[in-house]
Amino acid sequence: MSLTETSLKTSETPLGRDDLAKLVARDIAPGSFVNLGIGQPTLVSNYLTEEQNITLHTENGMLGMGPEAKGDQIDGDLINAGKIPVTELPGASYFHHADSFAIMRGGHLDICVLGAFQVSATGDLANWHTGAPGAIPAVGGAMDLATGAKDVFVMMTLLTREGASKIVDACSYPITGVGCVTRAYTDKAVFLIGPDGVSVRETFGCTLEELQDLVPVPLKAAPAAG
Amino acid sequence: MLNFVDSVQDAVAGIKDGSTVMIGGFGNAGQPFELIDALLDCGATDLTVVNNNAGQGEQGLALLIKEGRVKKMICSFPRQSDSWHFDAKYKAGEIELELVPQGNLAERIRAAGAGIGGFFTPTGYGTMLAEGKETRFLDGKWQVFETPIHADVALVKALKADGKGNLVYRKTARNFGPIMAAAAKHTIVQVSDIVPTGGLDPENVVTPGIYVNSIVKVAGSGSAAEKVA
Repeated sequence: MSLTETSLKTSETPLGRDDLAKLVARDIAPGSFVNLGIGQPTLVSNYLTEEQNITLHTENGMLGMGPEAKGDQIDGDLINAGKIPVTELPGASYFHHADSFAIMRGGHLDICVLGAFQVSATGDLANWHTGAPGAIPAVGGAMDLATGAKDVFVMMTLLTREGASKIVDACSYPITGVGCVTRAYTDKAVFLIGPDGVSVRETFGCTLEELQDLVPVPLKAAPAAG
Repeated sequence: MLNFVDSVQDAVAGIKDGSTVMIGGFGNAGQPFELIDALLDCGATDLTVVNNNAGQGEQGLALLIKEGRVKKMICSFPRQSDSWHFDAKYKAGEIELELVPQGNLAERIRAAGAGIGGFFTPTGYGTMLAEGKETRFLDGKWQVFETPIHADVALVKALKADGKGNLVYRKTARNFGPIMAAAAKHTIVQVSDIVPTGGLDPENVVTPGIYVNSIVKVAGSGSAAEKVA
């Protein structure tokens, strides 16, 4: 334990959504096949470089998805999982839904990036349903992504509007997948989740000690270059 | 037996009350709007509908739900910003919902078409959508038993058919079409173009004609572009 470690702080302020997306994009290994979830994770695509040679998968049936379509590029038959019109890149491929989910479920995707309500200390993910009475449940591909990709990255703010940590000992919301999250990128820190518990790779605008005051699970500093 | 029919009305005429109907499409892409409109007009009711969603806006599946023809939806993502007709029926307790993770939905449909009696998958394990289902520890993971989804009828939109009923699709509008065509007892396809037998490259056929029963040409239905706005 090195809770006095302060060299983890890589930014004097919490990260905004775009800076967080930039950080996730930088961490994706060259040549990866990646699925970006709906919402905040979609921002990551803005920061992937040509040199990284990343292939984006969209679960409605395409590899090689390009940027959002604008103006006369818009084609109603070419949309992403969020039903937003997109473009195709050279080398793209189309396939039916069972094949698209076989790509996911068969462990062929390197990384998926998802939003979350909560992530537990053992990597359980809650991101599909608040469980509130009267809420209409809708799951989409969230459970397939959570269990199928080799690495599951989460992007979220660390705290709820009420100030509660979204990194929790055990999820209070209905879970999406068991022990599936490997990293959580938040505005205040990057958390690595493994068999040894939760470690912190870097912090933004706070020290590890200050972070520990916010998060109800034991934290330790990750070894360098984690 | 493959039939080429002259109208969407003729194509759906045999659909009976109480049928399970698979409807292709993901959002509006690949949704066979004209066949759904004809199904609405033909009056069939008490339907179980299988689709990824539960209708958007004021068209297609959303209208079928609005008019009270659907007693049960089997889908993965019913709740959307413009799914108000489903939302209202659900909150009024007038429609049953079987919520299925999207990959399980696709694989259960595929299983039906492939004659598979069920399969184990890690998707959903430990979640409320797997409650009450058989689980086994297989291949190093806990897995959940899922059963096939069969249907009486599938309504599918493709780009082109040839004289043998072979189909090609367009971009992400392909989505559920090929697996639904195989899973249903009777598959009805709307296409924007019918080409002579031999007019499709056999290497590029996506759905072989053996899965197709009725084909109807619907002019201008090749792209969902006009449905986006």
